[in-house]
Amino acid sequence: MKNISGAKFLLFIGMALLFILTACGNSNDEASGTNNTNNTSTTTETNNTSETDANNSNEAETNEEGNATEEEATSEKLVIGFSQVGAESEWRTANTTSIQDAITDAGHELQFSDAQQKQENQISAIRSFISQEVDAIVFSPVVETGFETVLQEAKDADIPVFLADRAVDIEDDSLWVTFLGSDFIEEGRKAAEWLVDDMADHEGDINIVELQGTVGSAPAIDRKEGFEEILADHSQFVITQSQTGDFTRTDGKEVMESFLRSDGDNIDVLYAHNDDMAIGAIQAIEEYGLTPAEDIKIIGIDAVKGAFEAMAAGKMNVTVECNPLFGPQLVELIEAHMAGEELEKRIAVEEDMYTMDQAKELLDSREY
Amino acid sequence: MTKSRLFWPLVVLAILLLINLIYDPSFFVIDIRNGHLTGSLINILNRGAPLILISIGMTLVIATKGIDLGVGSVIAMSGAMAAFIVDGNLGDSERLFPLFLAIALAIGLSAATGLWNGMLISRIGIQPIVATLILMVAGRGVAQLITGGQITTIYYEPYSFIGGGYLFMLPFSIYIVAFVLCVALYVTRRTALGLFIESVGGNPLASRLSGISSKNIVLMVYMFSGLCAGIAGLILSSNVASADGNNAGLWYELDAILAVVIGGTSLMGGRFFLMGTVIGALIIQTLTTTIYSVGINAEVILLVKAVVVLIVCLLQSPEFRKKISGLFSSSRKTPKDEGVNHHESL
Repeated sequence: MKNISGAKFLLFIGMALLFILTACGNSNDEASGTNNTNNTSTTTETNNTSETDANNSNEAETNEEGNATEEEATSEKLVIGFSQVGAESEWRTANTTSIQDAITDAGHELQFSDAQQKQENQISAIRSFISQEVDAIVFSPVVETGFETVLQEAKDADIPVFLADRAVDIEDDSLWVTFLGSDFIEEGRKAAEWLVDDMADHEGDINIVELQGTVGSAPAIDRKEGFEEILADHSQFVITQSQTGDFTRTDGKEVMESFLRSDGDNIDVLYAHNDDMAIGAIQAIEEYGLTPAEDIKIIGIDAVKGAFEAMAAGKMNVTVECNPLFGPQLVELIEAHMAGEELEKRIAVEEDMYTMDQAKELLDSREY
Repeated sequence: MTKSRLFWPLVVLAILLLINLIYDPSFFVIDIRNGHLTGSLINILNRGAPLILISIGMTLVIATKGIDLGVGSVIAMSGAMAAFIVDGNLGDSERLFPLFLAIALAIGLSAATGLWNGMLISRIGIQPIVATLILMVAGRGVAQLITGGQITTIYYEPYSFIGGGYLFMLPFSIYIVAFVLCVALYVTRRTALGLFIESVGGNPLASRLSGISSKNIVLMVYMFSGLCAGIAGLILSSNVASADGNNAGLWYELDAILAVVIGGTSLMGGRFFLMGTVIGALIIQTLTTTIYSVGINAEVILLVKAVVVLIVCLLQSPEFRKKISGLFSSSRKTPKDEGVNHHESL
């Protein structure tokens, strides 16, 4: 270090600044995107219509929601603070946009903060929401524990807290109004029910291989549990092999290869805890020389765009939706709470399921 | 024989392969499917290719008493860059130009990251672990910037050849690894460069005084490491035909360091063993394959890996081996030693 000359030191400072600037540029983009309410509202409206097209079954409901939010928007404008986990996947990005748009579309003011997967960022964001005296706080906790103090502060300041997508592990449930998120167990059940229904005419044992998510993560535990719960009543369904693929394509492919190597020709069904692993596994199956969706039925969860592409190409059978677009539902809940309604502590997101036949027409309307 | 640095790693590798044989008698069988040679051994080589590549680069870095924590991020960046270039060329599979452009830019970007690391370390004097940590964190950000935070799927057929194609019945990635390994072996063992690298790792000051350009040697090994990581990134993203800024190459730097250490190269720099590193990387890959084929519970995978690594490291340590052999023969030796001492004191 002692040999640093002035010029080199300047060079280093320059490099460091470059890094910092690029980082800032990123977050500025996000901030400006959310603050320009007037500019974004036109584009988001078109988004919403395509969304209702996608959810045919929910069409009527979402329209009602739209009307309801418009009426309330004229009566009362809320300031809502939203602390998101980060931007770790397509799913999360879609979730962030949905909540942001729903809040601004309903005419409320949004304070957005990205925690970048760090709890301390999230706690300080919530504290700043409290000091700004927002009307409601929405947050997706990075981890389950350690939020007691800051949530107590929010309660003392009389600010209602809404949990989105992820739960907290705190005994005192008076600290938040409600938890709106996907029911992972239900997703596992849906996957199993589709399978039981689809293979009803099949004779003999049905061998299933399972690609689990990241060990210990809530979706991995619950999707396994829900799936096994339904299959417990149907003894002809046997899970022969189960291994973690860490929710990634690379690992999904590698683990599927080893499943195929040890027992390739006897596998009837693949159940993957997310679509990405299923997509990786499809490649492994093709390389092994079997036809995905025909020789081996493929079930995924999440309903990301890649799954629709695979289904449209006839390589995947079904995907259970894990819906990130619950912004409108969330805003409706916040408004209901403000209007004095009692809400349940746990509310599940409205979710669907998509098969191969629907994939082609829905492909273009998928946002994530 | 047992004196050779390669002996104990080879023993562990052999044991792992034998365990596989017990669980799956057809483990060593290589048959022809769709005109390609397939089998578990081929698979281990194919799957291990990215790790071997990175470990080769890492060996030279560690030989200069450095460390490169940025390689995992470089994998993500390289894959993201390639995907960015070939994206939008769907259906247009006959033109090969986008493929070569993607390879050139991805590898160019990776070499640039190596240059960045090398500059920070050799010219500005930042400690390697700190300097490369910057890239480890920032690189993933850059990768996500390129992919827009999404997983990019690649529909451009020729790109899949790098990590999924076959040449003369063998996976193409094996040829890439063999080529890089041969170049590294030739340059470090048939020219003076290897000696220079070892001397810089042993004592940078003395090397500089004896006329070796230490700074340029350091710069070069980091560039080489970046280059290796870039190629590995191409193989990994090509294999699954997608680029994932978040997860591609995650924790690869740690596996690579482990492979280097298992291979017998000391983290204190100086002497290095490229073949040892290759065996180390193969051990890690075989371990993963073994875990899948034995069907170990997902919850205990990490624990099993840790135990195996611990055993390898203990076997590698001469001190530990001396203690163990001392334990077995202590009952006979101790009285004799006492006798000698007693005699001397007289």
